[in-house]
Amino acid sequence: MKITSQIVEKHGLTQEEFKNIKKLLKREPNLLELGIFSAMWNEHCSYKSSRLHLKKLPTRGKQVIQGPGENAGVIDIGDNDAIIFKIESHNHPSYIEPYQGAATGVGGILRDVFTMGARPIALLNSIHFGSPEHPKTKNLLNGVVSGIGGYGNCIGVPTVAGETKFNDTYNENILVNAMAVGHADKDKIFYSKAKGLNKSVVYVGSKTGRDGIHGASMASAEFDENSEEKKPTVQVGDPFTEKLLMEACLELMKDNSIISIQDMGAAGLTSSSVEMASKGSLGIELELDKIPCREENMTPYEMMLSESQERMLIILEDGKEENAKKIFDKWDLDFVVIGKTTDTSCLTLKFNNKITGEIPIEALASKAPIYDRKWVSKKNSKSKVDLKNLRKIKIEDALYKIISSPNHSNKSWITDQYDQMVMCDTAQKSGSDAAIIRIHNKSKAIAVSVDSSSNYCKSHPLTGGKQIVCENWRNLISVGAKPLAITNCLNFGNPENEKVMGEFAECLIGIKEACEFLNYPVVSGNVSFYNGTNKKNIDPTPVIGGVGLINNLSKTMGHSFKKNGSAILLVGKTFGHLGQSCFLKENYSIIDGMPPEINLLNEKNNGENILKLIQNDLILSTHDISNGGLIVALCEMAMSSNLGIKIQKPKKLSNLIEYFFGEDQGRYILEVDVSKLSKTEKILKHNNIYFENIGFTQKEYFEIENELKIKVKELFKINNEWYNTY
Amino acid sequence: MKSSVIVFPGSNCDRDIAVALTKMQFKNKMVWHKETRLPKSDLIVVPGGFSYGDYLRSGAIAGKSLIIDEVIKAANNGCLVLGICNGFQILTETGLLKGTLLRNKNLKFINKDVQIKVMNNDTKFTKKYKKNQFLKINIAHNEGNFFTDPLHLEKLKKNNLIAFKYCDAKGDINDEANPNGSLENIAGIFNTKKNILGMMPHPERMVDDLISNTDGINLFSSLIN
Amino acid sequence: MKFSVTVTLKKDVLDPQGKVVQNTLINLGMNLSNIRQGKYFEIEVNEKDQTKAEKNVDEMCKKLLANLIIEDYKVNKL
Repeated sequence: MKITSQIVEKHGLTQEEFKNIKKLLKREPNLLELGIFSAMWNEHCSYKSSRLHLKKLPTRGKQVIQGPGENAGVIDIGDNDAIIFKIESHNHPSYIEPYQGAATGVGGILRDVFTMGARPIALLNSIHFGSPEHPKTKNLLNGVVSGIGGYGNCIGVPTVAGETKFNDTYNENILVNAMAVGHADKDKIFYSKAKGLNKSVVYVGSKTGRDGIHGASMASAEFDENSEEKKPTVQVGDPFTEKLLMEACLELMKDNSIISIQDMGAAGLTSSSVEMASKGSLGIELELDKIPCREENMTPYEMMLSESQERMLIILEDGKEENAKKIFDKWDLDFVVIGKTTDTSCLTLKFNNKITGEIPIEALASKAPIYDRKWVSKKNSKSKVDLKNLRKIKIEDALYKIISSPNHSNKSWITDQYDQMVMCDTAQKSGSDAAIIRIHNKSKAIAVSVDSSSNYCKSHPLTGGKQIVCENWRNLISVGAKPLAITNCLNFGNPENEKVMGEFAECLIGIKEACEFLNYPVVSGNVSFYNGTNKKNIDPTPVIGGVGLINNLSKTMGHSFKKNGSAILLVGKTFGHLGQSCFLKENYSIIDGMPPEINLLNEKNNGENILKLIQNDLILSTHDISNGGLIVALCEMAMSSNLGIKIQKPKKLSNLIEYFFGEDQGRYILEVDVSKLSKTEKILKHNNIYFENIGFTQKEYFEIENELKIKVKELFKINNEWYNTY
Repeated sequence: MKSSVIVFPGSNCDRDIAVALTKMQFKNKMVWHKETRLPKSDLIVVPGGFSYGDYLRSGAIAGKSLIIDEVIKAANNGCLVLGICNGFQILTETGLLKGTLLRNKNLKFINKDVQIKVMNNDTKFTKKYKKNQFLKINIAHNEGNFFTDPLHLEKLKKNNLIAFKYCDAKGDINDEANPNGSLENIAGIFNTKKNILGMMPHPERMVDDLISNTDGINLFSSLIN
Repeated sequence: MKFSVTVTLKKDVLDPQGKVVQNTLINLGMNLSNIRQGKYFEIEVNEKDQTKAEKNVDEMCKKLLANLIIEDYKVNKL
């Protein structure tokens, strides 16, 4: 079949890229080979637009065993325990078929974790939808939540934390990011690097069908009016088979049969075989006739590009096949030797005893294009919203508007659909600053959280990038955990657009600066470009997934007030920054101004000392201050505990709105028992930490002296209303 | 006391119940569904999870496995059998317990802590609980809506075979306290001989104060003494 | 007027339920080479004109009963 320029275009390749392919092959590719190039060279697999920038991120540290480049990142938490984790996007499929898109997103990320030898112990998600009024939103929301629950609950891994946001920017392109965290023994971690010649390459799991052919290409194409035609590329998830696959793999991993293992994700058999061979500097030969197929008459093209789920590729040690097959037979899964490692450094594909495709591995891997796309920096916004020009508003009403809004209302109607308790190690669930998962049979635990701030990142990417890392870090500190490392999912628009590329570059610089300063490296992640439709790009939405360590489960912290009459301390200075704030957005529909500044020194100093206070049993409850400012954070602490507060008016900042709703960063609220107050204040002073004693907890009422007095029960009611009327 | 936990493909609360049983001093064995013989057991547990993915009907396919014949034999010989959540569904599919578990009324999966009242504390499973004691316990299911025909319901009431009912914080049994639409708020039932208990809530999730509470402990301690 | 609607998965779409049910039936000694699971509806429409009624049912299928992304449907008059 002659490769026309139309065929090249349909495969998502540029004419320039096609020229390069011909150069690397020293001939024209056939259709099968073209398909393979198109899968490996598209954005999702090759990271061609992002690689240069990603290189800048800090990925090392004492706590890092494996940084980016493997199926997931690995960190050391002591006692031979390792935590393996990663976050990934499944945006485009979820927009087309929300249930299956979200479900297969969860499935994919779980495989990335257990393929390294870790039993998954927690799932998290960061999901973003368009405006609730948009006609598509309700179905997408219900579909995605059902899909995440349907897959996670069935496989038996608790879904313990997440964030759900609504914003017009996602009207035509939702975001579904799924994160998985697993636990492994430090000395039993499995990698994907192929080793040794003539080793058996084994296919395990579900049979191969025509699912998702060119899904990886779809992820790199914007949506347009013809998106509906892309339907057949959505895969159906089978969490039951994944559970079997997970148990079978973990069982096989108990001995030393596996040389390397990789799951078949985007671009299925193609990406897994090429990546394994590339890492090991080997060649790989596959006999396509041997591939277990679900449909009849599948062609080599279909087999290589199929994205059928729940499949893995394993390279086995000599002589281990029989035992390994026994395990997979026990779990009723296909186990077939489909090829071997070679010294040809080529991907050699055989079908009907003929070589039907042959490509040098490096042409697909290291020689994939890298682009240094043009980008422009985001200028600082000069606008400053003057409160005097806005209609007057009572603090009470402004607060109600925020806590009753879709973004801030209580999300238990979502989290009640996820099994959070299966595996019996969830010490703190959704709704807290971070979830806490005990390490099975041990007294230590990890804390996990996901965070993003698309509006901050849009208005000033550099600051936004710093901010999300800091917020995530603070969330872990607030539950008594030492933050160790992060995974990031970078959701952006079209990288061929200079402004979008600028957002990407600058967000990354911000992330880099914060991560370096806080010793909080990036160990894994995912880039999702081309989020946008009809030439409108989404606001930059990098998502941070963080993991921290709690050495002793008895020293954890929540954000519910514990005692009546305890002191409330506000740590960190309040300047009353309202730019890009919830207050302006929810009450006036104003999205304007610069985001609040980040002072990394204060972030680190405040956080590290608060952690020490928690570990020394000086604190009753903690909450970090983020969207909505001080008053919303206090409200959250009250609503979750049914205890109220009595706060004095600030002495220094005279504008109450700025004081209570300002979104200055690096701040926490501490509840301290009066008997421990002076000791705590001494420690804070000694460490140069700015704090204010702002009031006390009290029964029943949420009160700001001479300003407002509301029953906490009433706040709870307002905060739980939205979904019931949606 | 010896216990056996049957493990089906897709069971995912098997480790949890094994941990609870071991903590409560049972000598426990895990039994793979393909086994054709059961080890000598005083208690057989059919655990929660999604056996066979809940495909076709929850518990339908597990109910047809080889090991179930052995469970039925043992149950008919008076062995204690405990079915939790998916286990309860499987027991109804085998006929060891009558009735069926339908889709939750609101058609959504629900995971939360609820209150249940001990309706009959005169059984081997519940003797350590006080009559009408209420427990805070975790539920996690898509099909927990217990339903049966009027004749069986009459029998359950007459012979005191209802083990637990969903109640509110004050102990009242009403619609508001019913998380899934179950007939008369039924959360668990016994068979006629009271050696088989099927319940939707998860007692194995309530044996550890660091994670939840210890309201589930007395179920196991009732059995072991 | 009464109609039956059968909703089935499209040909190339994975049927996890059908796969498991097939294996179970085989294990129970049954003889079959494939099974696909679908949904069946019986719908009564208050409409005397068959063409109009069929159009009605067709719309129900398109709007709700079938997920056109992964399912097909067939309408039969009963």
